[in-house]
Order: sequence, then C-alpha cells, then structure tokens
Amino acid sequence: MDQLEQFLQHLMNGIEAGVIYASLALALVLIFKTTGILNFAQGEMALVSTYFTWKLAEWGLPVWIAILVSVGVSFVGGALIERVVIRPVEKSSALVIVIVTIGLFLALNSLAQVVFGTDAHLMPRAYPNESWDVFGVNVEADTLVLVAVLAAECALLWYILQRTKVGLALRGVASNPDSSRLVGVPVGTMLMFGWGLSAAIGALAGSLVVPTTAGLTAGSMQSILVFAFAAAALGGFDSPLGAVVGGLIVGVANSLTTAYVDWLNDIEIIVPFGLILLVLLFKPAGLFGKVHVERV
Amino acid sequence: MTLLEVAELRAGYGPVNVLHGVDFNVSEGEVVVILGANGSGKTTTLRAVSGIISCRGAIRFEDRSILGSRPEKIAQLGIAHVPQGRGTLTDLTVEENLRLGAYSRRDDRVTRDVNYWYDVFPRLGNRRGQAAGSMSGGEQQMLAIARAMMSVPKLLLLDEPSLGLAPIITQELFRVLADLNTSTGLSMLIVEQNAGLALGIATRGYVLESGAIAVRGSAEELAADDDVRKAYLGI
Repeated sequence: MDQLEQFLQHLMNGIEAGVIYASLALALVLIFKTTGILNFAQGEMALVSTYFTWKLAEWGLPVWIAILVSVGVSFVGGALIERVVIRPVEKSSALVIVIVTIGLFLALNSLAQVVFGTDAHLMPRAYPNESWDVFGVNVEADTLVLVAVLAAECALLWYILQRTKVGLALRGVASNPDSSRLVGVPVGTMLMFGWGLSAAIGALAGSLVVPTTAGLTAGSMQSILVFAFAAAALGGFDSPLGAVVGGLIVGVANSLTTAYVDWLNDIEIIVPFGLILLVLLFKPAGLFGKVHVERV
Repeated sequence: MTLLEVAELRAGYGPVNVLHGVDFNVSEGEVVVILGANGSGKTTTLRAVSGIISCRGAIRFEDRSILGSRPEKIAQLGIAHVPQGRGTLTDLTVEENLRLGAYSRRDDRVTRDVNYWYDVFPRLGNRRGQAAGSMSGGEQQMLAIARAMMSVPKLLLLDEPSLGLAPIITQELFRVLADLNTSTGLSMLIVEQNAGLALGIATRGYVLESGAIAVRGSAEELAADDDVRKAYLGI
C-alpha cells in the first residue's frame, strides 16, 4: 500500500468517527439552539434509546423496524423529559439546569444498567457490513450508511427549521420566547417538540453507531458524547452546520494524529482538543456560531 | 359595543402589588390612551390583559372572561400586544418576524398581508432578508406593529411605542396608527408618556396614578385638564 492510499484510509476512518460525533453534536445543537440548554444527558438519552432498539430486535423485530420504532418512542420520551424534568427548572440559573441534566445523565445511565444489565450485548446491524476496495482504500458499508443518514438528517432538519411553520415557531421561541408567546405560539409545546426531535436524532445515531463497536454497554455513548461536545464547541453550539463540520474535523484530526504522530500515541486526543482551544481563543462563538448582533 | 372590559384589576410582581383595582374599557373602533408616570402601573396593566402576568379582578374580551387564560390563547382570541422595547425576534429576518406574527392564522393570505405591510413601511420591505435585530429602533418599532397586525387582531395593545425614538419617527408612527384606526376601525389601547401625540389620535383617555385610575374622560377633556397638562403635557 503506498503512502497516499494509506493516508486516504486514515482519512476515511476519521470521517466515519467524525460522522458519529457529528450526529450526536447535531442533537446537542438542536436543544441548545432552541432552549439555550447544554444537555449533558444527550448521550445517555441516546443510550437508553439504543438499548430499546436492541431489545426490540431481540424480540424478533427486523432491525430497521426496531430502529424506526425506537426513534418514534424516543421522540415522545424526549418531549416528556422536557415537560417533566426540564420545565420545572427552566427559569432557574444556567448552573441549576446543568446540574439537572447531569443528574439526568446519571439517572438514565443507572436505569439502563438496572433494566438491561451490565453485560455487553451484541447489537445487530440493520444492513450487511460489506466493504469495497476503491482505488486501494477500504470503504465500509458502515461509513457509507452513517454518512448517508447524517446527510438525510441534516436535510430534514434544514427543511423543518427553514421551510415549515413549526420550524419558524421553534426558531422564534429560541430567539424570543416572550414575543413568540404574544403572537400565539405555544412555547411549551415547541420546547417539547425541540427536545423530542433531538432525542430522535440521538436514538438514530446510537442505534447505528453501537453495532460498529465492540458491544452495547452502559458506557457506550460516553466517549462519543465528549467528542460530540467538542465538535459542537468547535463548530458553534447554535449552528447545525457547525456541528457537522466540527465533528468531521475532530474525527479526522484524531485519526491522522494516531496514524502519523508516534510520540503522541495514547494521548492523541490532545490534538483535536488543542485545535478547539485555538479556534475558541480567536472565535469564541465557534467556527459557524452566530455572534449575537443587536441594536437597541 | 364594549370590546374589552376591565374591572377591579389587581396585579403585581411577587409580594409587590402594583395595581390596586383598575377599571377601564375599550369599545369597538376606539383608541384609548392610558397616561401615567413611570411606575404607575401602565405596563403591568397591559401585561395583565395579555395574560403575561397573573392577576385578580375581571377582564372580559368580547363578553367572555379571559382572566387566567394563557398568553398564546389570548393572542389567538384577537388581542395583539406590542411590548415595551418592541420584542423583536432579533435572530429572525424581518420577513420571518412578520410570518411568525401570522402564526395563529389558518388562511392563505399571509403572503399578501406581508406585502401589504411592506407597502405601509417601505423600510421593512427593503430589509426583508436582514436579521431584525440589526435594524434601528424606529424600524424595529414599525416591525413590532406590523408583526402584531399580521395576526389580524381585534384589539391592538401598544406599550410606549414612542420610547427611545426620534420625534420625527414618533410622529410618523402615530400617523400610521391614526390611519389604521380610521381606515379599518381597529381598536387600540395605547400606554404612553408622550401624552400630546397619544391624545391627538385617541377617543378617550385615563390617567393612572400609583396603580389606580385617577382621571378619566374624552381625549379633549384630558387635553384641557389642568392637572394633566401640568403633569404630562409639560405646559
């Protein structure tokens, strides 16, 4: 294998990882954009959804159907979490809300262990994991599926937010909830919708990502969440496009460092995070984050 | 016919009572002005009517009680509230602000109405794709009125529309409001400190002092009242 092929292979691996981070970052961004909340429980919400997918598949449902059902149930679950857990504290300080989402993180994680056990489960794929040799680079079905699903998610999200009435209302609530209420927007329902959408995206991400890993355990989503946070910070917490680009940068930077910088082995993680530090130093809102401009 | 009937309205923030039994009404086609100094309870009155804050007493709109209804419900019934400070949805474009104003509507004439308001306020039309937060104060006030009007309300509540605007812009604004009232018969309840301009377009007026109505009368009577002239017209 010549050096170019090798480089492309590492790039491909980085893209696959990056797409995974981007999927969850997208869910984080969606909640932050609509409610201003950093949802530390995003990964564990996706974890419970993924366990649910696994259980449905184990009961004999075809995997694609199991994923769709899980995405639907997660939408409802996310909306309920907003209503029951977040709404009572929504007017509290940011610190209180952060602590509540961390509490939710621990609660959901423990719940998953109690209900589904602590053993690793083998998560079935919804498609055969084939791979093809493209000009000497090994391209896996996993990568293609994840990229395609992320692209479809982005297109759908863009359409909902920019082209539908409910999307306009959602962005209105994000920009100015009081004024939105005054023109008749049911703000609470919109917040539930935002959380539901975000939980559904997380469910899809988890259900597709975990089969590409060693197995489903209660810790499956945690490292992904850390990288997803990094991706969202890099791209800008209020920018869906930023989440995707940020995810890809983090994934590729991590992969290339592992491959080419020997002396950083085992601590290659400092490269993507160093990169983020640099970007935030010069662009605190992230690469695509909106700097708030307002005349009064 | 009486459109809005408010009686014995009591409201406040936490333990602090601001309104101590306020009575007033607005009839169909009327422009009613509430004058009052800072802290007299003008804004609180409007916020109580549109359901933003909880209150006691009686508020009837079109002969049904709206006391305790949620703000979005009251908006859907036909009360549009232009809040103090204009309430611009800063991250949305001008056009999106207008379209959001039509959120409760189910008809297909929204685009036509958006264009109508671009005709009334050409400066909004020129900036339709621009983030609303980047506009000047006067433009944002025009946007706030147009956004409220997009819901095709029966009653327009305006909270200090002249606040922070240049006198020439304020005059233009009140001319538009007067035109709106004469051409469509839209009822308005305006809270203002600029008593001269407000009384100029009003049918009737009230003076609010320390959370209670102190003076009431026709616009002419108030404009001629010595106390009102001293306190609010600076004459």
